[in-house]
Amino acid sequence: MESFIISVTIFVLAVFIGFEIITKIPPTLHTPLMSGSNAISGISVVGALVAAGADQGALAGYLGLGAVILATINVVGGFLVTNRMLSMFKRKS
Amino acid sequence: MQQNLINIAYLLASVLFILGIKGLTSPRTAVRGNLLGAMGMLVAVVATLLDQHIVRFELILTGIVVGSLIGAVLAIRTPLTSMPELVAMFNGFGGGASALVAATAVLTPEMIGDVPPIQLYTASVASAIIGAATLTGSLVAWAKLQGVLSMQPRGGFLQTLNFVCIAASIGLGVYYCYDPTALWAFWGLTAAAALYGVLFTVPVGGADMPVVIAILNSLSGLAAAATGFVFGNNVLIISGSLVGASGFILTQVMCRAMNRSLWDVLSGDMGQVAVGGPTDDEVYKGRVKSASAEEAAMILETARSVTIVPGYGMAVAQAQHAVRDLANKLKAKGVKIRYGIHPVAGRMPGHMNVLLAEADIPYDELLDMDQINPTFAQTDVVIVLGANDVVNPAARDETSSPIYGMPILDVDKAQTVMVIKRSLSPGFAGIPNRLFAADNSLMLYGDGEKVVRELIAAFDQ
Repeated sequence: MESFIISVTIFVLAVFIGFEIITKIPPTLHTPLMSGSNAISGISVVGALVAAGADQGALAGYLGLGAVILATINVVGGFLVTNRMLSMFKRKS
Repeated sequence: MQQNLINIAYLLASVLFILGIKGLTSPRTAVRGNLLGAMGMLVAVVATLLDQHIVRFELILTGIVVGSLIGAVLAIRTPLTSMPELVAMFNGFGGGASALVAATAVLTPEMIGDVPPIQLYTASVASAIIGAATLTGSLVAWAKLQGVLSMQPRGGFLQTLNFVCIAASIGLGVYYCYDPTALWAFWGLTAAAALYGVLFTVPVGGADMPVVIAILNSLSGLAAAATGFVFGNNVLIISGSLVGASGFILTQVMCRAMNRSLWDVLSGDMGQVAVGGPTDDEVYKGRVKSASAEEAAMILETARSVTIVPGYGMAVAQAQHAVRDLANKLKAKGVKIRYGIHPVAGRMPGHMNVLLAEADIPYDELLDMDQINPTFAQTDVVIVLGANDVVNPAARDETSSPIYGMPILDVDKAQTVMVIKRSLSPGFAGIPNRLFAADNSLMLYGDGEKVVRELIAAFDQ
């Protein structure tokens, strides 16, 4: 129970940090914000790695493998495409 | 000891994510911010591989190689006009991964450290519901954006079905938490949530897409946070809630820009149908003036300030490069060029900005609605390119209009408004636009790219 309360505390504080930072992001960067934050939500790859590597039988293994593939696409693709978009934003020269 | 090191690495990853998102507050620091985020991810992945529960690496390696290849190819090869599709798809994959992890967790709870069972099962249920709905919702959104799927059913039965799905998945979830051996309930709630994802996105039309993509973005984050509770893992909780908050803020911005409440969107009440109101003939007959490229170029010759207002039509016509060439021609004559961008122009938040950036248009010329609106009264020419409902004065002046109350760009206050459009067909809201019939408006009919090129040619003569 104690650990659950700590987790909830962290969750709530992180939401507040998120609100504070993200309200400052200008509309011009909203698309890269979506793709970049989306890449970060690929953090479920952490859970996927444990699921795929825990050696708990074939079904769990394949579900885990599927999770690793989906999460890695999300992470690698997300960061790369965000970088591609952001590198196009230029100031008046 | 090892666990402590792993946790410190997770803390480092969380800090990198926060700094990374903070970098996105300015285009100057954004590239570095994104890199910091990627580094955070690398740290988190390496730390996880040290976890003692991981004993086999074949599947992990296969998954990472396959996923990286697919992700890299998609990220590098997808044209920039298709960014909404790509982001929708990635959102879905993130949600799908969370749901699959939750399924593995309930099948083999042994792989998880000391997390209280009630937390493990409740969080798995939440992760499966949110993740599955995000996956199917995103796939439908992708299909809609691709134009593969165009049906738009509406009606009370759909809303009823939505509520049945939500009630079923929550009900089964409560039951499953009481009896974690009842795996059928877990699969049942996942299926109900997946169905809800479809039902919620299917009625959505094109112009509503920015709201939907923002919601799905938020959900993909919340699914990851729920997975964090499954494992009692803080880096998942922190980054998931950051993304959840980010998507939520964007959803609010989009809802406000469309004058829609979040509740209307979530309950499936998407898109209003125009009833009554003036017909096309009443608005347009005998009032619409069209001009040739030569005539338009002559007006532009004498202009001191020109504002370009792009919409989804610019993306469809791929006209951003032509727009840049025209703007450079005008700039060479000393004309002040600005771009006015409505928050929901295009198919996702910031869609127009990315396209204009692709054409090397400096971001300090791109102004958002609050910045550009006070300038229209002093602007000589506004060129509306592929935008419709977001410049319809009815939203401001006609209380009976279905879009009344939606904030718009006040382009009609400029000296002259040139509207580049294929025909007088209505925009997404399905209503005529009085702007096209206004005394100071000129229609330039044709494909966006072609018309802008004709303007440039006429200008050169």
